[in-house]
Amino acid sequence: MYDAGKVTIGLLIFLLLVTVPFWYNVAIGKADYAPQLEKPANAEQCIRDTEYMTAYHMNLLNEWRDDVVRNNDRFEVATDGQMREKSLSNTCLSCHTSKEKFCDQCHDYLGVEPYCWDCHVIPEELGQ
Amino acid sequence: MSIDRRKFIRLSGLTALGLAGASAGNVLSDNAVDSTEAPQTHAPLVGKRWAMVIDIRKCMAAPDCNECSKACHYVHNVPDFDNPKDEIKWIWKETFHHAFHDEGHEHIEEAIKHAKLPVLCNHCDDPPCARVCPTGATWKREEDGIVMMDWHRCIGCRYCMAACPYGSRSFNWRDPRPHIKEVRSDFPARMRGVVEKCTLCDERLARGKLPACVEACKEGALTFGDLEDPNSEVRNLLREHFTIRRKPGLGTQPEIYYIV
Amino acid sequence: MLEKAFSGDKRYWGWIFALLAVIGLGFIFYLRQYAEGLTITGLSRDVTWGFYIAQFTFLVGVAASAVMVVLPYYLHDYKQFAKITILGEFLAVSSVIMCMTFIFVDMGQPFRIINVFLYPSPSSPMFWDTVSLAGYLVLNALIAHVMLTSERQSIAPPKWIKPIIILSIPWAVSIHTVTAFLYCGLEARSFWMTAILAPRFLASAFSSGPALLILLCLLLRKFTKFDAGKEPVQKLAVIVTYAMSLNVFFILMEVFTVAYSSIPHHTAHFEYLFLGLDGHSALAPWMWVSSALAVLALILLLNPSTRRKEGILVFACLTVFASIWIDKGLGMVVAGFIPSPLGTVTEYTPTFPELMISAGVYGLGLLLVTGFYKIALSVRKELPT
Repeated sequence: MYDAGKVTIGLLIFLLLVTVPFWYNVAIGKADYAPQLEKPANAEQCIRDTEYMTAYHMNLLNEWRDDVVRNNDRFEVATDGQMREKSLSNTCLSCHTSKEKFCDQCHDYLGVEPYCWDCHVIPEELGQ
Repeated sequence: MSIDRRKFIRLSGLTALGLAGASAGNVLSDNAVDSTEAPQTHAPLVGKRWAMVIDIRKCMAAPDCNECSKACHYVHNVPDFDNPKDEIKWIWKETFHHAFHDEGHEHIEEAIKHAKLPVLCNHCDDPPCARVCPTGATWKREEDGIVMMDWHRCIGCRYCMAACPYGSRSFNWRDPRPHIKEVRSDFPARMRGVVEKCTLCDERLARGKLPACVEACKEGALTFGDLEDPNSEVRNLLREHFTIRRKPGLGTQPEIYYIV
Repeated sequence: MLEKAFSGDKRYWGWIFALLAVIGLGFIFYLRQYAEGLTITGLSRDVTWGFYIAQFTFLVGVAASAVMVVLPYYLHDYKQFAKITILGEFLAVSSVIMCMTFIFVDMGQPFRIINVFLYPSPSSPMFWDTVSLAGYLVLNALIAHVMLTSERQSIAPPKWIKPIIILSIPWAVSIHTVTAFLYCGLEARSFWMTAILAPRFLASAFSSGPALLILLCLLLRKFTKFDAGKEPVQKLAVIVTYAMSLNVFFILMEVFTVAYSSIPHHTAHFEYLFLGLDGHSALAPWMWVSSALAVLALILLLNPSTRRKEGILVFACLTVFASIWIDKGLGMVVAGFIPSPLGTVTEYTPTFPELMISAGVYGLGLLLVTGFYKIALSVRKELPT
């Protein structure tokens, strides 16, 4: 390799630059930040296991979307034996009332921007 | 996890109590139509071929009435733009001359000439919009004939709007949310860049309710029912009255019938 | 080979940066459209397709017209086209990319275009149009690349490319046929519902495309050492002449059928286009200009003494191009929506942002043509004579 020294220094500077956000967070003492999710006050248990929901809620929502919109299949009996509507606004948000204190916590932390809210309305924000 | 309708009907009685708490009725408006979020006590309305009969005479008796459109646009978060360019409409009043473009003639009855009658998606048996859609974002539901839309999938190419012979489709040229008078949370709004139209209130039928326009009509001009059921009210009306459909010559087989 | 597009004299770079500026400007306006929605265009609930889709349609024609040099050269072994065939192929590649960009900027949700492939819908002509255009792009890019590489290495092109070239011929016809099917299968729009739409599209494509190619060849002769030769240009001129005659003939067929039968929902669109309807006549002056240009072009082209004079030929090619651009790139799409299926007249005028975005797309196409031609000509110059 030509100019091995210069190339190595260049690569190191590049690495340093792309990892700036990490160093920045360490510097301001936010390295151990973890999202704080507000649990619903009015419900004991989610419609699925917490572990499943943490990892796969988006898959469940996609399934629900297809069931409701495309297959006219709007209701389900959840693991707790209760009948529920497959609805983000009407079911999920009826317990997790605050998008800001629940959904946004992880989404903002991970930098994902699901487009659910472009259309689906958050009841709390209407004051309902 | 999902259950079929029959099972649902059996279960709905048992769970109505549980759901009633979770879904407090919407008391936002004094609109003629109540919330779709009301407790789950009704079995869904099931039909093999939904259709609507519109009695123009009754509409003519109340020329300034616009209840059907108001109710529909309210329950479906349809925005209200004050300009025809961005306009979105699911059901609206149109002059006879426009609705039945080929039917009129110079000396047509004075009352008909100035009559305004509701037009909406015709839920055609052979819908051109569904035929041309490149993603399956609009399609005819085989079980009951409703021409459905999936706003998640629509890419906004507007081919369906070019294909619809009735001008029943609208496009979100801009973000509709700021223009919705009273936003409701029990039905989604739409995002800019997708097409929308009437879906015959599929969400209300699933809860055992009539379409919002039918429920809101004070004149009783709109009748909704199953065309495959020979004893249904729509079949009775079709048997007893002379009815016309919009542009029948195109072969799309509209399922909205008009009593003149 | 690509590096050849990155070396050139001052004039070359001046042109490149001018195009980049136009593209950049278009992109800035596109960002605005992306943020605010298609409301910044002149489109409306009644006229849902306009300038973008019209340019798309016009450019599919330009792309398909490459077949007018490919077919004589490869199928009939017409050696005179040896030098310009690659120009036709690169023009096709650039045009298809412009087509795709115009479709992209016309979408309400452009990043969902992938849905066309995730949920393939064979009943939709748009699905087939996507497939045929993508295929045509791959075919032409591959052919141009293989032929140019062989030429650079002074070896005969590999045998396997021949069937691919043959395939590209009917494929070229198919892209414009399927594009016509987008329109002519719609019972809602009487104006487009004519079996002659696909033939018309092909005739107008095979005149406007080669006309553009003639102009490009003559520009290259003026600004570079490349000379297409007199005979190939004259041959192209004959092709333009025949295709333009057919195009005008087809339009007259259309006018007769509509005017003689005088079915209102057929005549209404023509009335709007040429005379105006309900006091609206924005397109009428354009259409009369287009018609006049078509007649003028035919007079100049059909007459051998004028066609053979290159100065006049340039003028004739410009009139052909302008006439068809107005007809296809302004009138054809918009008139399908006016009057609406309910009989109302809502006019459409492209807005400034819409025109800037379109200019950006054309800039992109010109940039590609420039780069491709630069590569092709550079390869040629290296060849021992």
